Order: sequence, then structure tokens, then C-alpha cells
Amino acid sequence: MKFIKAKEVTYEYIRRDDDGNVEGINRAVDNVSLDVKEGDFITILGSNGSGKSTFAKHLNAILHPTEGSVWVNGMDTKEEDKTLAIRQSTGMVFQNPDNQIIGQVVEEDVAFGPENMGVKTEEIWERVEEALKTVGMTEYRKYSPNKLSGGQKQRISIAGVLAMHPKCIVLDEPTAMLDPSGRKEVIRALRALNEVEGITIILITHYMEEAIYSDKIFVMNKGQIVMEGNPKEIFSRVEELEEYKLEVPQITRLAYELKKKGFNLPDGILTEDELINAIKGL
Amino acid sequence: MFKDVTLGQYYQGDSLIHRMDPRVKLVGTVVYMVSLFLFSNYYCYALSAIFLLVVIILTKIPIIYMLRGLKAVLFLMVFTVVCNLFFTPGEPIFKFWILKLTMEGIQSAIYLMIRLTLLIVSASIMTLTTTPNQLTDGIEKLFKPLAIIKLPVHEIAMMMSIALRFIPILMEETDKIMKAQTARGARFDSKNIIVKIKCMIPILVPLFVSAFRRASDLALAMEARCYHGGDGRTKMKPLKYAGRDIAAYIIMFGYLGIIIALGLLRVFGIY
Ligand SMILES: Nc1ncnc2c1ncn2[C@@H]1O[C@H](COP(=O)(O)OP(=O)(O)OP(=O)(O)O)[C@@H](O)[C@H]1O
Ligand SMILES: [Mg+2]
Repeated sequence: MKFIKAKEVTYEYIRRDDDGNVEGINRAVDNVSLDVKEGDFITILGSNGSGKSTFAKHLNAILHPTEGSVWVNGMDTKEEDKTLAIRQSTGMVFQNPDNQIIGQVVEEDVAFGPENMGVKTEEIWERVEEALKTVGMTEYRKYSPNKLSGGQKQRISIAGVLAMHPKCIVLDEPTAMLDPSGRKEVIRALRALNEVEGITIILITHYMEEAIYSDKIFVMNKGQIVMEGNPKEIFSRVEELEEYKLEVPQITRLAYELKKKGFNLPDGILTEDELINAIKGL
Repeated sequence: MFKDVTLGQYYQGDSLIHRMDPRVKLVGTVVYMVSLFLFSNYYCYALSAIFLLVVIILTKIPIIYMLRGLKAVLFLMVFTVVCNLFFTPGEPIFKFWILKLTMEGIQSAIYLMIRLTLLIVSASIMTLTTTPNQLTDGIEKLFKPLAIIKLPVHEIAMMMSIALRFIPILMEETDKIMKAQTARGARFDSKNIIVKIKCMIPILVPLFVSAFRRASDLALAMEARCYHGGDGRTKMKPLKYAGRDIAAYIIMFGYLGIIIALGLLRVFGIY
């Protein structure tokens, strides 16, 4: 089943001068079509300014396409009375953890979404409990968010979305402001959500290492989708990726260079183990 | 630099007063303040002081903490007391240049000092025993009826609680910016007031820019989590009166009644 369907989506930011005259048009998303199956782990890669964030905001009915349409769970994002239902079924996590935590206590922040949806008090408690458990933050429930590390804050943000019982979570560079261990922490949590809870994940990032676990990767450049496929297919096209200013993981790069030198290695090696095994097999 | 800001400070505890509904504490503080200004009468003040002392003991917070609140407004207190001492009209008992000390002046200065002390201590009891969150919840619930006259009660409460959440973040940021500017040669330690004010500009500009960016990010995040104003919103921790809160209301208004009786008896010269 198609959970998200984007059809020929174009979005233009219109710059105006002081008198409101159109000064220039910036086409941030250009004729993007993509489908996401329920339960998939999708990664959208792209360098700075490639239009990833702009596209992501369409999936949550924060932006509406200038041309084309987006359907989330069968609902057209243009229909205003569906906005809340769309936001409930597709949660969104942003880059800066400090700017998306609303509550002054962890558990109260997680409760913010359900409170807005009008969930009954007893059920809010259950949902908060459950969401904090899923991201492994139960012991911090009484903490002030200011006292947590970046990775922990992002897990709280994820819990805040989970408490709304979404079918899909869109994460816009959730690891960009974190250190390597915080990054791993968040990615691990996302994989667990996808595998155990069956939640559809759309991860936006420009760290390619984070994409290796996904079912499908889309690469964006200048507002368009320029590559699409599973990690093995995408990572075997090293030169193309570099053309789009994306940094290929070191292992893949190494395997690629070896192959170019005449070693008979398979395409699209992603992990250290894979490379070691391939070399042993030579 | 901002370590001594005590806005909304909360003293962790689990006393009877801590567990009381924030609405009771808000109303209680207002009733108490009113009671202080009804009469200028030592008997009334003595009763008020005893009442406050009992409450302080119930909070289980060291008295030192309460008095810290006084330190913050010491200057204001000294100033008003001095003004009262010397500028109250009446029979002078001591004269120096344009200043005259009058019996009435001494009298009203003492009254004022007692009042201010009790007032500030009572206010700090409220902030020490109530988390900022409970406080905003209490305010929202108490003023809810005013929504009828189109007062945006929910929005104001939401703004207050967001402000409280961001104060520490923005302070940390100010500290960072100051350090960065110091590294570039800004002189915050200068005695010259003009230099000092000039130094504030390179702090305030980046601070405002970042505050606005944070605000727009936050608005987006709130919307993405289905925030659409106060309509149809439920609460994880709704305020509910317990038996002790009702009892507190009765004691509070009982106290007000006794103060009024005591004051009136004095006015009519019964004692
Ligand atoms: N609010 C805005 N107003 C005008 N133009 C914008 C706005 N937001 C983004 N843009 C422009 O749209 C284009 C795409 O931006 P977008 O933020 O979607 O990119 P991105 O892929 O998320 O980049 P990054 O990796 O930096 O987050 C850029 O050229 C950007 O300058
Ligand atoms: Mg972005």
C-alpha cells in the first residue's frame, strides 16, 4: 500500500521587494514524484540547498505544493480539514533539538502532541509511558530537557511524535547537530522503530553512512530527484554521487578505488565486514 | 553573570504547601497582600506575621531562603523607607537642611517596612513552592472566565511557559556571545558607561537574530505536533482541587475575616 504519494510536486519560494512586487522566483522543489510504501525505511540524500527540507514540509501539510499534489495516508494535503489528521499520522522531527522541545519537563513535552489532539488524561499518561519506553528514556522522565545531551534530546523529540501514534515519521537532519555517538544513538532508535513497531521512516540527511540500512534511497539535487534505488545500487555509482556533492562512506570509496585498480570486487560495498570478506574471497 | 537571577526559582520539596493547588497559592498570596494594606495596626501586623510564620514552617524551607528574596529588593526598601522618614508632613522633631524627621514619618516608615517585608516573603513563598509550570497552569485556569471578554488567556499562559523554557537557553547563548565578543576585544568590564552601552549592541543584535530564528523553528515544531490553540486541548496534569485545598481556602478567608474584625474593632476604639 502506498502510504505517501507525491505527484509532480513543484514548490516555489517567491521573493518580493518592499512594495510586494515579485523580485525573483526560487524553485526549491522541481517536479518531484515519489511513492513510499507503508513500513519502509526511506532515506533522502542531498547536499545543502537541494530542497530536502522544503519537500519534507509538504509531507506534514506545513507547505502546500505550488503545482502537483501530495497524498498522505490517502488524504490530499490541500484539504484543510484533513490537516490535523495528516499531522497526526505523519509526525515530524527537526534538526535543532532545542527549538522543538516545548515542555519544561521531559514527560510534559512528550505529552504536548496528545494534549493538542484532545486525548483523555489517563490515556496521555499511558502514551507518554509507552513512548518514553520505546526510545529508552523512561528514567529521564522527570528531567528538565536542558539537562540532557543532544542525542537524548532528539530521542525525546522522537518520543513526542510517537506519543501521537503516527504511522510514519519524517526526520529532517535529526543528527546534524549531534556528535558521532549521539548520531548512532538516534539512528539505532529509528531502526528499532522501523523493525519492531513497523513505523514508516523517512530520514533526511547528508551523512551517507546513515543511509545504508534503508530500503530505498532518493538523491535530490537542485530540487529534483536525480537518483533512486536501494543502497547497493546507489553506492556503486560513486562518481555520480560526488557530482552531487555527496560524500561517499570511506569503505565504499576504498572498495571503489580498489576495483578501479583492477581488483575483482563486487559493486556497492557498504560495511567493513563486507569488504573484508570480499578481499578474503579474492 | 546571570547566576544570581532568581526569577521563578523553585525550591524542590514535598511539603503540604508544595502539594497545594497553585490556584490556592495564587489567591492566597493576593488575599494576604490585601490583608496587609487594610489597616495600619500593630495587632493586625502581629497576626499577619504569625500566620506567615506558620506557613513558612509548613513549607519546610529554611527561613534563610525566604529572606534572600528580600535582599534583591533591599535598595527599593531602603529608598521608600527613607522617603517616608523624611518627607511625611507633621511635627518635626529633628531638622537638617530641607530634611525633617517627624513622629508621623517614623511611624509610617515602620509600618511600611513591616508591610514590605511580609509582602515580599509571602510572594517568595509562592514562587519557592510552585514550579513555573504549575504557576502558568494556575493562572490559565484562574483567569479562564476572562476569555469571555476576549482576553487570550490560553495564549498568554502558553507564552509565559515558553518564555520560561527559553530563558536558560538564551542566557547560555548570551554568555557564549559575550565570550566570543570578549575574544574580539569587547570591554564589558569597562567603568565607562558609554563604552559599556556600546558593548551591549554586538551582544543584543546576534541574540535577537537567534531568538527570532528559534521562535520561528518552535512555531513550526508546535504546528507539526497538531497545536492549534487552546480549543479542544486536554491536559496531562489537569488541576483538581483536593480536600486540603478547600481547607486552605477556608483558613485563608477565616484569616482575612479575623484581620478585618481586629482592624474594625480598633477603628471604633473598642480596644
Ligand atoms: N523560507 C525560504 N524563503 C526563500 N527561499 C528559501 C526558503 N527556505 C529555503 N529556501 C531556498 O530553497 C532552496 C532549498 O532549500 P531547503 O532548505 O529545502 O534545502 P535543504 O536540502 O534542506 O538544505 P540543507 O541541507 O541546508 O538543509 C534553497 O535554495 C534555499 O535557499
Ligand atoms: Mg534542510
